[in-house]
Amino acid sequence: MRDLIDTYWLYFLVGQYPKGPLGGLALTVLLAALALLLAMPLGLALGVARLSLWRAVRWPVTALVFVVRGTPLLMVVFWAYFFLPTLTGYKTGQFSTMLIALVVFDGVYLAEIVRAGIVGLGRGQMEAARSLGLTHFQALRSVVLPQALRHMLPSLVNQFVSTIKETSLGYIIGLSEVSFIATQINTQVFTKPAQVYLCLGVAYFVLCFGLSRLAYGIESRGKRRPPPRVPA
Amino acid sequence: MFDLSLVLSGSYHAMLVAGLRLSLELAALTLLFALPLAVLVALLRLAPVRPLRWLGFAYVEAIRNIPLLAHMLFWYFGAPELLPEALKERLYEGDIEVISAIVALTLYTAAYMAEDIRSGVRAIAPVQFEAGRSLGLGFLATMRLVILPQALRITVPPLISQTLNLWKNTSIATVIGVGELMYQAAQVESASFRSFEAFAFATASYLSVSLLITGLAAWYQHRYPVRAA
Repeated sequence: MRDLIDTYWLYFLVGQYPKGPLGGLALTVLLAALALLLAMPLGLALGVARLSLWRAVRWPVTALVFVVRGTPLLMVVFWAYFFLPTLTGYKTGQFSTMLIALVVFDGVYLAEIVRAGIVGLGRGQMEAARSLGLTHFQALRSVVLPQALRHMLPSLVNQFVSTIKETSLGYIIGLSEVSFIATQINTQVFTKPAQVYLCLGVAYFVLCFGLSRLAYGIESRGKRRPPPRVPA
Repeated sequence: MFDLSLVLSGSYHAMLVAGLRLSLELAALTLLFALPLAVLVALLRLAPVRPLRWLGFAYVEAIRNIPLLAHMLFWYFGAPELLPEALKERLYEGDIEVISAIVALTLYTAAYMAEDIRSGVRAIAPVQFEAGRSLGLGFLATMRLVILPQALRITVPPLISQTLNLWKNTSIATVIGVGELMYQAAQVESASFRSFEAFAFATASYLSVSLLITGLAAWYQHRYPVRAA
């Protein structure tokens, strides 16, 4: 176990970098962070569209949400992997394929978090803003969303944990993230599969458990200082 | 351009249907094993003894913070090597892919379901527990006769939604070569180069079962609405 870690720790953390492309745990974190960052505007747009006043906007987005939530992420990855090249005309790399699949998938899940945040705020805020003469969009932008987004912070950190776990599916399309690297190490060492995959598990655990404790901390801090509420 | 008849009859159809059947079997078997395990872990997390609570906490956190794919890799490549030689050989003769997948799925699903059951139990007013204890029932008897029957009713909707996650998670078994739906779709794709048709069949199958499970949840909530406390 000791010499296993001594030999492979750098490969495990960054892949072949700096002599080759970045990989390993660093790539996992990078991919998850980028995916969540890009999924946020998409999730916000889809979440607001789910509550749109126009059916022509609300219904297609609701259908999209149902379809994506009813299919496994792996299916979305496969569609992206096999159809992006035909659609765009040039070959997409594994990283961008996985990134696009994750952005679409997470965007839809974030949309539900945004929607829950807005619905959870209650109607009074929107009605008050409208009665002050703001338009629907102005009311959303300056009254409803700032409050709703604040309640969403713990869910966002949890979504980041989920996204880190989801990046492991890059393994299937040959993206050199940490699960893939672990399998490569396992092939080279050959005799210690249990130890190699135990290390993989520990790495994920440290990363995700740390982050979920952070979410827990944010949540309890938010509870101590409740946002000002005007009685209805 | 798209020829759906390819996947609606013939040998490719047979492959895909076999995959769908195995996916459903994986989900059903996992559900069967995961539910009792989840109740056990939830009870550990609520136990009156601190080490037991810690054990339950460690189980849930260790499982939930590691992706299912890593669990699958461990149970398929890693764990069998740790077994004694004779048992290992018997295992390799059998369907080791399916067994590893079910072990990984069961442990993973149970961790999530345990948390749902625990919050269901916590939703029951503590006086119920105290009343049970003051009537002379022990911890386990109070749980079994008083708390769990009430808690499970609240817990059914989140458990159904975990079942939906389980259904989608069966697709990950494809990484260790279990011939379930996703695996068969990829096989049909590489044999026929008909990626659209193969993936359309798989997507439609996943979606239909998912919608069925979602419908079940809606029906349950309509039929058994939450009782006012």
